[in-house]
Amino acid sequence: MTSKQRATAYWKENIKYLCILLSIWFLVSYGAGIVFKDLLNHIHIGGFELGFWFAQQGAIYVFVILIFVYIRLMNKLDKKYGYDK
Amino acid sequence: MSVQIWTYVLVAVSFAIYIGIAIWSRAGSTKEFYVAGGGVSPLANGMATAADWMSAASFISMAGIISFMGYDGAVYLMGWTGGYVLLALLLAPYLRKFGKFTVPDFIGDRYYSATARTVAVLCALLVSFTYVAGQMRGVGVVFSRFLEVDINTGVVIGMVIVLFYAVLGGMKGITYTQVAQYCVLIFAFMVPAIFISIQMTGNPVPQLGMGDTLADGSGTYLLDKLNGLSEELGFAKYTDGTKSMIDVFAITLALMVGTAGLPHVIVRFFTVPKVKDARKSAGLALLFIAILYTTAPAVSAFARTNLIETVSDREYTEMPEWFTNWEATGLLTFTDKNADGRIQYLADEQANELQIDNDIMVLANPEIARLPNWVVALVAAGGLAAALSTAAGLLLVISTSVAHDLIKKQIKPDMSDKTELWIARGSAALAVIVAGYFGINPPGFVAAVVALAFGLAAASFFPAIILGIFYKRMNKEGAVSGMIVGILFMLFYMMKFKFAMFGGGGEEDWWFGISPEGFGMVAMIVNFIVALVVNSFTPEPPAEVQEIVENIRIPGGAGDAVSH
Repeated sequence: MTSKQRATAYWKENIKYLCILLSIWFLVSYGAGIVFKDLLNHIHIGGFELGFWFAQQGAIYVFVILIFVYIRLMNKLDKKYGYDK
Repeated sequence: MSVQIWTYVLVAVSFAIYIGIAIWSRAGSTKEFYVAGGGVSPLANGMATAADWMSAASFISMAGIISFMGYDGAVYLMGWTGGYVLLALLLAPYLRKFGKFTVPDFIGDRYYSATARTVAVLCALLVSFTYVAGQMRGVGVVFSRFLEVDINTGVVIGMVIVLFYAVLGGMKGITYTQVAQYCVLIFAFMVPAIFISIQMTGNPVPQLGMGDTLADGSGTYLLDKLNGLSEELGFAKYTDGTKSMIDVFAITLALMVGTAGLPHVIVRFFTVPKVKDARKSAGLALLFIAILYTTAPAVSAFARTNLIETVSDREYTEMPEWFTNWEATGLLTFTDKNADGRIQYLADEQANELQIDNDIMVLANPEIARLPNWVVALVAAGGLAAALSTAAGLLLVISTSVAHDLIKKQIKPDMSDKTELWIARGSAALAVIVAGYFGINPPGFVAAVVALAFGLAAASFFPAIILGIFYKRMNKEGAVSGMIVGILFMLFYMMKFKFAMFGGGGEEDWWFGISPEGFGMVAMIVNFIVALVVNSFTPEPPAEVQEIVENIRIPGGAGDAVSH
């Protein structure tokens, strides 16, 4: 692989990760926390209505997890393409 | 010891630490002054970013605002955290790889144009100044309430402290003081929250306590109880809120994108050694921020329940001491409209007898819950740490914009590093004085504009940076016209609906039912569209610029940050 091909392949995989992670980002905040909130509020977990929980707590936990998953994925990807040096 | 003495002690000790750190970490070169030499560890940078980010508004006002907004408070909770996902995934690694000092640096180089750089500098100054004035005011407010000095004296004391470590230490000094300030502010926020959670639900984790049953043995869930109380008094159900769905959506998005576009946050990612560290510190920053942001909604629910139970339909003469203390500040007012000697706290404006300022909820919460004096004092020290750390970060952006982006890059490119350093210090000092002036004489619009700084950042920087990284063919004509149209469009909407210019208008006139706070979403979309359309009619960027883009997309080779 030339360095140019390597860079293109790396970038493609990176974009794929971004699409997946950002879809989750969108679904938990704008989906569960806003658009489908009333629907999810029929489900109760402890004293929380689920939609309300996502909007005020859950989405934030997912955000944190998403970034750490991204860090892991990218560190692996860097290694795979030899960009980790 | 009294609250007063405790406050003096805690504030004095924390200030001494900040000053000590500033002296220990003075900056010796412009690189140290602008980006702390590029050698900050991801952990330290994560804490510093968290403190930089969490302002007086996050610490003092947010939980209070949420307790009055109920569900709608989610716009702040998600809006001010979700932006970090965008930062970590879409901006931080690439900007770090690019490896310059400022956001205008990136815009100027990527769009090979002095105009683009100047537009970016103006946007950065506009965003940062509106934001910093609010912080200085926050410092003044905390001083006046807890140390009983005049609010203006409070602002001046705050100015002197910030001046000292921002001017002396630059980014290096600021980074390490922010690490200390993060520790102070998170401790100060968590201690009362944990105490109150135990008191009300028996659960020591506030995040869980919020969804737990009350400790009074009734077996009722706290949130059910709060919903019941709210409805009884005519308010909306706490877990429902009153904003329209489209507005909640728009505000959340504007705040997220605005967060990712704020220059004082972005610049923090220039301070770490490698691309890998930039990603990691974005993750750590959000983790540190999330500790406060998941606790805040719990504090809101506790405080709201506590407040209603303490005051609603009780005899005025039986009110506890904190009630009269806060009445004296004018932030809490009671008018006995029906002259029955009892406090009617109701949603109906005509019959409601109690007015409560948002800020009281966090500041008075420890007193309402009858926590020990040192906890009350701790909150004052935490509020100051939050306000000072954000103010310092913003002042640095202002001084860098002036010294580096304007004078060095555009007016006098041949000056020495030493001269530039002195100019940077001078402009930091000047910026502190200007900010202090606005803190003492707040123009009526400051409070309104601080929230809108996000809309401005969303409407200007975010699209230009994203397109600059992810769309190689993006050219200067497109980016510049997008930024200009975006920020003007945002300013227009803000002036029309916030300051009644251009014919003004009320809530019923909002476009698509979107408030000025949420309009950043629309202005950002307009920026994207204008940029792409103009781009398609104008020539593609030169080959060397396209090469820059290809180069920032891969992490290798960023280790040589020292060689700039």
